[in-house]
Amino acid sequence: MRRSVTRSVTQPVMRLALACSAALLAGPALADKIFVSNEKGNTVTVLDSASLEVIHTITGMQRPRGITASPDGKHIYVCASDDNLVRVYDSATYEELPSLPSGPDPELFVLHPSGNPLFIANEDDNIVTVVDVVTRQVLAEVPVGVEPEGMGVSPDGKIVVNTSETTNMAHMIDTTSYEIVANVLVDSRPRFAEYTPDGKILFVTAEIGGTVSVIDTATNEITKTIKFDVAGILPEALQPVGLRVTADGAKAYVALGPANRVAVVDVASLEVTNYLLVGQRVWQLAFSPDGKFLYTTNGNSNDISVIDTATDEVTVSVPVGEQPWGVVAVKTE
Amino acid sequence: MINLSRAASGLLLSVAALAAPAAMAEETTDYRVAVIRVVAPGPMPISRLDLPPDDLGFAGAGLGTADNATTGGFLGQSFSTETVLATPETVEAEMQKLLDAGIPYIVTLADAATTVRLADMAGDQALVINAGSTDDALRGKDCRANLLHVAPSDAMLTDALAQYLVWKRWNSWFLIEGSHKEDQALGAAYRRAAEKFGATIVETRVYEDTGGARRSDSGHVQVQRQMPVFTQSAPAHDILVAADHSGVFAAWLPYHTWDASPVAGSAGLMPESWSPAHEAWGATQFQSRFEKLAGRPARDEDYQVWMALRVIGEAATRTKGGDFDVMRAFILSDKFDLAAFKGQKLTFRDWDGQLRQPVLLVAGNVVASVSPQEEFLHQVSQLDTLGVDRGETECNR
Repeated sequence: MRRSVTRSVTQPVMRLALACSAALLAGPALADKIFVSNEKGNTVTVLDSASLEVIHTITGMQRPRGITASPDGKHIYVCASDDNLVRVYDSATYEELPSLPSGPDPELFVLHPSGNPLFIANEDDNIVTVVDVVTRQVLAEVPVGVEPEGMGVSPDGKIVVNTSETTNMAHMIDTTSYEIVANVLVDSRPRFAEYTPDGKILFVTAEIGGTVSVIDTATNEITKTIKFDVAGILPEALQPVGLRVTADGAKAYVALGPANRVAVVDVASLEVTNYLLVGQRVWQLAFSPDGKFLYTTNGNSNDISVIDTATDEVTVSVPVGEQPWGVVAVKTE
Repeated sequence: MINLSRAASGLLLSVAALAAPAAMAEETTDYRVAVIRVVAPGPMPISRLDLPPDDLGFAGAGLGTADNATTGGFLGQSFSTETVLATPETVEAEMQKLLDAGIPYIVTLADAATTVRLADMAGDQALVINAGSTDDALRGKDCRANLLHVAPSDAMLTDALAQYLVWKRWNSWFLIEGSHKEDQALGAAYRRAAEKFGATIVETRVYEDTGGARRSDSGHVQVQRQMPVFTQSAPAHDILVAADHSGVFAAWLPYHTWDASPVAGSAGLMPESWSPAHEAWGATQFQSRFEKLAGRPARDEDYQVWMALRVIGEAATRTKGGDFDVMRAFILSDKFDLAAFKGQKLTFRDWDGQLRQPVLLVAGNVVASVSPQEEFLHQVSQLDTLGVDRGETECNR
């Protein structure tokens, strides 16, 4: 208890010092902001990445889950599932901007690398809704499998991937024709899809199957299925959900849900190299804009954990709102 | 204007996208399933809220078939489900018709004795999936090699409640069981659960079903006097556990007990395979899809039939080709798992054909807890802390 108190006090101070010295070199850039959607709290917690202090809480939404930012970091998009729309906020002023139509019960989405359009998974209607974020018009509704959930986009922006939880497939959707061009069968209850930065590999997590499928994007074939094994944890608790790949494509981090761990995967060998103990029911992951830190949302312990990506050490956990679900970090002007 | 036309073309293309996968497949494999529900004449439930809907179980079949068909659309697979309503007198003739029609997967909603009879009729011709009966003997001495159970057993349900009560340190139980055979079997399951988890049954009382209407105008007036008297002079206990499979008396126990005692089992805090209140692990999506289709909340039977259909659908997805022996071998293998909104994969026990599953503990309009409770450990699967384990089974398949 005492140790954790000491750590949580000294650690941010050290980081603040580091951030300040970096700021001196880099000019006006200060700390980043971390936005965390709290599913049960009906809020978005905003933290300063240097001090890890809560600097603002955005209210006025129902059941916020998926959260992402525009490429310039100025706009924050939130899937307000029980409002049946995507709420939009100014990341500097926290002012709410006009909402986007989302179709019913939006859970997760992905923004095209160009910043437009937004591809939204509608769990209840077996469709992916495509929304123009500027005109706020629905461009298309693409029928997919039962309970669409995970959304990923290829780095070149040509393909959007949707995973359907009961159909157990990754559906590859052409981003210009909105046509499904391939379907890949994966393990039970696929939750999240993420490409490597070179676009050659697509990772799909399967929560109930307990695996990550590695898909060769040239052939749409599964080349490997990554499994997990943690001493003292029952296999059924190893439930991969969120997944992020480092900007250099070297490592993938996999949130293992109720196993309370984040697995580190070496992308070259596709082997698990480490398991990092974080908070309870770790759900989604996001890197800091400079890639030095990975933030994890821990739904059952109401906090986020901070992982130093250079050392793969969990440095600190910070309380946020009730049942944190998603996270995104943006640069501050 | 530009946006409108773009939206329209997007929609057209997306319709094409849906049709494309099926068209690309060389030929369609059809999977034929039947759901047979046996309705025996019997007394009405105590509460009109518990009256069985006409499409009980069949609505679950409708959703399961639709879910399978959506997936099948991408794989060149189609699913058709026949639903048959039978009486104890007609059930065997109806079963024979299904077997003669060559339907290889038959889901049953029937009592234990009928389920065994149907499984024996099916022999090697069909795989029978029990989505109705919770009877332990059906998984024990009366088990069959061609019979799987997606409905939880009495032992699983009673263990689920026992774990919670023991976790709560409510270790002294006053057990009241009904006078029918199924009630006595359920009472035996509670005695087994108490011994397994270290609870004590301080007294067992039998509530005789003396017949008569379950409901009558102003019936509560007499109940208010009868139930306290029936429950008086029991030894000190933490909770009253009711084993009333037949639904004769348990619903009247809460707030009518002589002592100020909470009630669990067949009333109060109830172990169930499903509840329309269940929202965790994506269950809300099941509830919305079901309610949209059926226009009512889902019952245990609907969820259980849906699971049975999804067992077939999942095996079809993974094995393709539609060969019955391949399908059956896959379902029984350790490669099979089912996602069914219970937070973990569900698999079949190879010793008795029972689907492992967490059990909801439902208190009125909320799911109060879900068992297994995390403190109860197991060397193979925590789900095997519920029900009859490999070493205890009386099944010889």
